[in-house]
Amino acid sequence: MLEVRNLEKWFGPIHAVRSVSFQCAKGEVLGFLGPNGAGKSTTMRMITGFLPPSDGTALLGGYDIREAPVEAKRRLGYLPENAPAYEDMTVEEFLLFIAEMRGFRGRRARERAGETMKRCFLDKVRHQPIETLSKGYKQRVCFAQAVLHDPPILIMDEPTDGLDPNQKRTVRQMIRDMAAEKAIVLSTHILEEVEAVCTRAIIIHEGRIVADGTPEALKARHPSGRLDEVFRILTVGDEAQ
Amino acid sequence: MGLWTAAGIILRRELKSYFQSPIAYVFLVGFLLLVGFLTFMVGGFFEMGQADLRFFFFWHPWVYLLLVPAASMRLWAEERKSGTIELLLTLPVTLPQTIVAKFLAAWLFLILALVLTGPIVLTVLYLGNPDVGVIVAGYIGSALLAGAYLSVGLFASALTRNQVISFVVALLICLFLLLAGWPPVVSMFTRWAPDWLVRTVAAFGVMPYFESATRGVLDIRDMAYFVSVMIVMLLATHWTVENRKGS
Ligand SMILES: Nc1ncnc2c1ncn2[C@@H]1O[C@H](COP(=O)(O)OP(=O)(O)OP(=O)(O)O)[C@@H](O)[C@H]1O
Ligand SMILES: [Mg+2]
Repeated sequence: MLEVRNLEKWFGPIHAVRSVSFQCAKGEVLGFLGPNGAGKSTTMRMITGFLPPSDGTALLGGYDIREAPVEAKRRLGYLPENAPAYEDMTVEEFLLFIAEMRGFRGRRARERAGETMKRCFLDKVRHQPIETLSKGYKQRVCFAQAVLHDPPILIMDEPTDGLDPNQKRTVRQMIRDMAAEKAIVLSTHILEEVEAVCTRAIIIHEGRIVADGTPEALKARHPSGRLDEVFRILTVGDEAQ
Repeated sequence: MGLWTAAGIILRRELKSYFQSPIAYVFLVGFLLLVGFLTFMVGGFFEMGQADLRFFFFWHPWVYLLLVPAASMRLWAEERKSGTIELLLTLPVTLPQTIVAKFLAAWLFLILALVLTGPIVLTVLYLGNPDVGVIVAGYIGSALLAGAYLSVGLFASALTRNQVISFVVALLICLFLLLAGWPPVVSMFTRWAPDWLVRTVAAFGVMPYFESATRGVLDIRDMAYFVSVMIVMLLATHWTVENRKGS
C-alpha cells in the first residue's frame, strides 16, 4: 500500500533524513518513534508530497509521489504536526471545504462533512469558528479532515498530542477501528501508545532507521522487556553521554 | 475531479475569507473614501470645469500602492504561519492551480472595490459628457494595474510568514514599478544617469502603460505589459513557494 524508498533529506548542511526505507501494508498500524529532531516529521512531509526529497521517493497505492503527486495524494489522509486548520472558518465550513476538495459535490459533500463530524464527535462545535476551539478539539478537527474521504493510506504526525487522557483513548480507539482497512503511519512520543495501537514500530534516530519490528520483538531486545529501555539504548546520542 | 474544479473551490474559500473578517469592509470603505477624496478635493475636479475622469484615474496607482499589498499580504504568509500550507499542498491539487486560485480570488476582490467606484463615474456622467470609451479603457487599465500590483503582492507574501514584512516588500516593489516610468522621476534621472540605464529602468515602469489606458488608448502593447508582469510574478511566486514552503 505504502512503499518508502531510500528517502534522503538535506536542509543545507543538515542531513535530516538518511536513506529511510520501509513498507506499510493494509491492516498495519506503523508507529514512528524517535527523539526530538530525529526526522519523523520530515520523513512524513516527504511521503505526503509536502517537501521534495533530496533523493528517493514514496509510492502510495502504486503512485509515485514525485511522478504522479495528485493521484498519490488522492489516496492519502494527512494529519500534520500541530494540527493546522483554517482558523477563521467554522468546523462545518472547514470540513465542507475539505469534502469538496476531496471530490464530493453539493449534497454529498454536506452529508460527508456531517458524517465525519459525528464520527469524530464534533457535532457540538460544528458552528464554532476553529480559532475558538480548545487544543484538543482543534486536534480532532484536523483528524476529521484527514479521515473524511476514507483514504487507504493515513499519515498522522503526533495524532494524540495535546489531548486529555479520555480523548487520547477515543482517538486510539478510532485508529484501531479503521486499521483493518488502511495502511496507517503515526508518529508519537508516547511509548504506551505504540503498545496500545501499533502492529509494528520503527525507531528513527538522527535520520536513520535503527529498529523495525513488532512491539513485542522490539521489547525482547532488552532484558527488562520494556520499550522505554530499548528506545533509550537505541537513541541516546552523543549529547546525552 | 478536474484540477481546475479544485482551483475553483480554493478560489471560493479565499474570496469568502475576505468577507469573513471586518477588515474587508474597512478596506472597501477606505478605498472609496480615499479615491473619492483625492478625485474631488485634491484633484481639483470642480475647478477643472471639465467633466472627465483623468483626475479619478490619476490617483489609482497611488491608492493601489497601499490597498493592494494590504489585500495580498495574507495570502501565503498566513498559510505558512498557521501551518495550513501543509494541508493545502497535500490536497490533490497542484501548486500552479493553487497560486492561480489565490491570485484570482484577490483580483476579484480588488475589482469589486473598483466597481464600487461607479457612483463617482455616474456623477461625472451626470455633470458632463465624457467619452464612455475612455472610461471603459480607464477601468480596464486600472483593473490590469491592480492585477499587476497584486501579482507582486502575492510574490511578497510567499517570501515570509510575517504579514507586515510581506506588506512592506510588496509596497516597495510596486513603488519601484510606479516611479520607474513616471515622467517626473525619469526626467530627474536623465540629468546624471546614462541614457541606456534610464531607458532600461523606465521600461519596467507601469505609468506609461497605465496613462495611455486612461487616455482611452489601450493597445495590445499596454495589455502585454501588464500580463507579462503578472506572469513573471506568478512564476516567481511558484518558485518561492516551492523553495520556501518548508522553512
Ligand atoms: N525547514 C527546515 N530547515 C532546516 N532544518 C530543518 C527544517 N525542518 C526540519 N529541520 C531539521 O531536521 C531535523 C529533523 O526534524 P524533524 O522535524 O523531522 O524532527 P522530528 O523527529 O519530527 O522531531 P519532533 O519529535 O521534535 O517533532 C531537525 O534537526 C530539524 O532541525
Ligand atoms: Mg515532528
